Amino acid sequence: MADFRYMQIVLPLAVFLALGIVWQCAASFSGWSSAVFPGPVATAVGMWELIANGTLLQHSVASLFRVTLGFYLAVIVGVPLGMLIGWWKTGQVMFNALIQFLRPISPLAWIPLALLWFGIGDKPAVFLIFLASFFPLLVSTITAVNHINSLYFQVAANFNFSPLETVSKVIFPAILPELLPALRISLGVAWLVVVAAEMIAVKSGLGYLILDSRNALRMDYVMDAMIAIGLIGICLDRIIVQLNRIESVSWGSV
Amino acid sequence: MGHVIIKDLCKDYVERRAAPRTANNHSAVDRGQQLRVLDQVDLEFHDGELVCILGPSGCGKTTLIRIIAGFEEKTSGTLLIDGKQVKGPSSENIFVFQHNGLLPWMTVWENAGLGVRKMGNEAEKAERIQEYIDIVNLSGFEHHYPHQLSGGMQRRAELARALVVNPEVLFMDEPFAGLDYLTRVKMREEIINMHEYFRKTIIFITHDIEEALTMGDRVVVFTERPAKVKLNVSLEYPHPRDFSCSVDLEQLRRTVYEELGVHHAL
Repeated sequence: MADFRYMQIVLPLAVFLALGIVWQCAASFSGWSSAVFPGPVATAVGMWELIANGTLLQHSVASLFRVTLGFYLAVIVGVPLGMLIGWWKTGQVMFNALIQFLRPISPLAWIPLALLWFGIGDKPAVFLIFLASFFPLLVSTITAVNHINSLYFQVAANFNFSPLETVSKVIFPAILPELLPALRISLGVAWLVVVAAEMIAVKSGLGYLILDSRNALRMDYVMDAMIAIGLIGICLDRIIVQLNRIESVSWGSV
Repeated sequence: MGHVIIKDLCKDYVERRAAPRTANNHSAVDRGQQLRVLDQVDLEFHDGELVCILGPSGCGKTTLIRIIAGFEEKTSGTLLIDGKQVKGPSSENIFVFQHNGLLPWMTVWENAGLGVRKMGNEAEKAERIQEYIDIVNLSGFEHHYPHQLSGGMQRRAELARALVVNPEVLFMDEPFAGLDYLTRVKMREEIINMHEYFRKTIIFITHDIEEALTMGDRVVVFTERPAKVKLNVSLEYPHPRDFSCSVDLEQLRRTVYEELGVHHAL
């Protein structure tokens, strides 16, 4: 097993290393100047500059703040609403069409309205992230509630559960195994959207860093911001995956 | 208490889909047609009696106890438990399900405690939960989750959960389905012992004739759908019961097999 754990780290790293070599070759033989297509070395130097002067940290924190806020809002609103709609069959008939109508509208389509309504600053970005993660969460929660074995509701009735107890002791724990993958996906989407959201209306964040570096023709910085986005994305994903290890959730994977 | 009176009980279902009418499917019904499942069932379960209900597959046994437990509504007739109309599920009558009746996100302890969750005194509550977990031989597994237990242990945990409530009536819908033969036999023994001890009314559905005859104080045999009571006999034989020693019991076994359509009793 020790061997296996070791390989789990070594193999992915080897893939990254191979990618670096391909990247270096492509940059060297493309004939483009390093200002247009910076290789890994130039990018690493740029990365060091961004880390040393604190720019990267500052922008990452700004992005993370917006994603966290928007995502939490989506969880706080979307999950309870989804539980309610999923449990209340009439509500499902009423709202399903509306949800399916709003869902395919890209959060980016809301940019003009978001700017107009929320002005300049964090608010429109947070709003866009909220929209991006809200609908997948809402739909997954409703589906998860529909998938609950009706037996559990009979047990709840047999033991005289109040509506509040049915929600807290049956519905919520029952949907958790299905909800966690949904959280994982919607957090990923939120992180995707933050870059686009930060290209408007704000002067901080990794999205802004990309836009700003492009204007300064610093393609190495653009790539550094992309690398930072990817790395933070991996970390966020790992955090959610850890939740699967909670014992009262692990029954879902058996 | 736990006295159940059933008079003229009928249950109709509205057929929701049209079954194709084929040569060997005479019972096919049209959509929207009423399908009678229970037909004028008259039964009385006495306080403290263990009644086993037998019947052909799909005859409506489960429907009957789901109605008695309050999970489904009857179409017509009278149904009284201790003189009161059944209006819905109640924690006085606990249902032990065919399988997976335990809430999988709760430990054995938490599941067993469902029925006494409103008890004020924590020490008393804990003592009571522990008492029943011990009775069903699950000591040491209090903090295991259902999926970490074997099928037999899960059934016993569910039994503990039901007993903690001190219910008037226990409903068991083929509770041993899916258990291996040895575990089944052991569980029968445990239920019989538990019943001797607590004397609760138990309504026990099974399709295993030997099981019904070894366990029940009474055996009720239903006909094909629409289910009517075909046979209703008291079994005043002491436990343990042995078919090879009791001529009457062996004769009854043959009768039940014949009533259920098997003419050459094995």
